[in-house]
Amino acid sequence: MVPITYYLLLAAALFCMGMFGVLVRTNALVVFMCVELMLNAVNLTFLAFARMHGDGIGHVSAFFVIAVAAAEAAIGLAIVIAVFRSRGSVNVDDIRTMKH
Amino acid sequence: MNTELVLFGVFAVMTLVSAGLVITARSPINSAMSLVSTFFFLAGIYVLLWAHTVAIIQVLVYAGAIMVLFLFVIMLLNLGDAPHRGRPTVTRILGGASAFGLLAVLAVTLGRTNAMPADLSLPEQATFGTIAAVGQSIFTAWLLPFEAVSLLLLVAMVGAVVVAKSRI
Repeated sequence: MVPITYYLLLAAALFCMGMFGVLVRTNALVVFMCVELMLNAVNLTFLAFARMHGDGIGHVSAFFVIAVAAAEAAIGLAIVIAVFRSRGSVNVDDIRTMKH
Repeated sequence: MNTELVLFGVFAVMTLVSAGLVITARSPINSAMSLVSTFFFLAGIYVLLWAHTVAIIQVLVYAGAIMVLFLFVIMLLNLGDAPHRGRPTVTRILGGASAFGLLAVLAVTLGRTNAMPADLSLPEQATFGTIAAVGQSIFTAWLLPFEAVSLLLLVAMVGAVVVAKSRI
């Protein structure tokens, strides 16, 4: 049997790697991929706790997280395409219209 | 060393290596392919957690549909490799440091806690994590959220078309 702490540590490492990518990378597409990594870390935590309690609600939550991630990816990539069309770049440093 | 621990170790190491490649790859295509392999290894870990349904959905929806969408957009934009790494601004350095700080805090907390039971050998219901059990739960107790998610996906689909199309 694998202790639950190992799963939680793996999820924490995955979440922090995703967070690192979101904060450090400049390519908007890679930033989206790192958001997906963070969502997967959350799913892993849900499933580990579902296993710990022998309860199926964590599985339902993971299902909903995946569905919302699909919606987020569709909208986010559409926005990336729209920005690329108007700015010619997907570098998040170049996009500062809403900054001021 | 039992088989489950060995399998977990292999999957965990491969997941972390693939996730590291997602962050460090120069070209977005390489990032996307590493992300696909991350999803596959995570699906293996989900199977170890008796979450077969979520593992199947992970492979079908994440590694299939969402990553096809990502690759399609990357190909459409036709981006080359990153010509320059962005300058390490103060914000970026602080961001990276805070990610490492969060990891340290989480690791210390998880290492210290005694609340977690050491072994998971609960009496295993035969139906735990199967499609029948998860579907039963979704279509009875969670029916309204399920319908809300279907509406959300419809709105996202229409919204993506509206945003990405130059002229309606």
